[in-house]
Amino acid sequence: MAGTEIHRRLKWVVAEVVDLIDETPSVRSIVLFCPDWPGHLAGQHIDIRLTAEDGYQAQRSYSIASPPDGERLTITVERVEDGEVSSFLLDELRIGDRFEIRGPIGGYFVWDPDLGGPLQLIGGGSGVVPLMAMLRTRVVRGSSVPVRWLSSHRSYDEIIYREELDAYSRLDGVEIVITLTRSHPEGWPGPTRRVDRAMLEEHAWAAEDRPLCYVCGPTGFVETVADTLVELGHPAERVRTERFGPTGGRL
Amino acid sequence: MSDVRHVDGNAVAGLLVEIFGQEMTASRGQCGGCGRIDVLANVMVYRDAPGDVLRCPVCDSVLMVIVEVRTGYRVSFEWLRWVETQS
Repeated sequence: MAGTEIHRRLKWVVAEVVDLIDETPSVRSIVLFCPDWPGHLAGQHIDIRLTAEDGYQAQRSYSIASPPDGERLTITVERVEDGEVSSFLLDELRIGDRFEIRGPIGGYFVWDPDLGGPLQLIGGGSGVVPLMAMLRTRVVRGSSVPVRWLSSHRSYDEIIYREELDAYSRLDGVEIVITLTRSHPEGWPGPTRRVDRAMLEEHAWAAEDRPLCYVCGPTGFVETVADTLVELGHPAERVRTERFGPTGGRL
Repeated sequence: MSDVRHVDGNAVAGLLVEIFGQEMTASRGQCGGCGRIDVLANVMVYRDAPGDVLRCPVCDSVLMVIVEVRTGYRVSFEWLRWVETQS
């Protein structure tokens, strides 16, 4: 029966917090150990369910940031204005705490080395999280798929995964470009404006390279970038998108 | 910039698994309003209505409305002409 299938496919399981990494002042990565984790693909997300002592429950979705890695997975959470769940996860959560998760969820906005490339990853703000799972997968699997990363952040301090991206930029076949839209340190080598047509022409794969493009971020960002890629000749079916609403809209 | 309140079909991937019993965002469906055929990941989703409203990204027609009820979900199929599943 369908009912049995449903519960088999999306079952709540317990995960334990094994590490906490502050990525920026408002973004934290949470490393989870989950003995019942069935595995995932880069780009997928999970639902988490927090239950208070009085029984009150809150549920949210977060993208997975880590490549497939057995019983461990990492989510990266951005603080949202008045967000009760993100505040809890950033301020209260401790190593050793447990909560319920279910997943993996999603089968379209995913990448695996078997899908090939070249790979174009374009993210706005915390939209980089599922893209980082793809980049990390490419690296840990030793794939030779050439990849270009273009991410947009407001300021230097808000660049998520900054040091790791810097390290990856020295690998063969990996190009990292970060644009800072509001403020930038003196001598910043990258662009300092929103992603636009000229930036895509300069830093992204051209349509004739037939890249597989993944675009994730706030809805306005994603629509602007995806429309521009299509104008530049990329076939719409090779531009995969994930929108998370107004900036900071993921509660 | 246009209306950016909406998200897309990826945001209801879990909900669609509960309804259809399988991953659906990579599955194709057709809008009965304009005839567009696309994967469900690309629909526009409005989550600020009571329940979730799935709209065609081209012509805005309401494809499906999903409302949580006491026993589970009530799913209204509006302009979603067909949808494929994977065996």
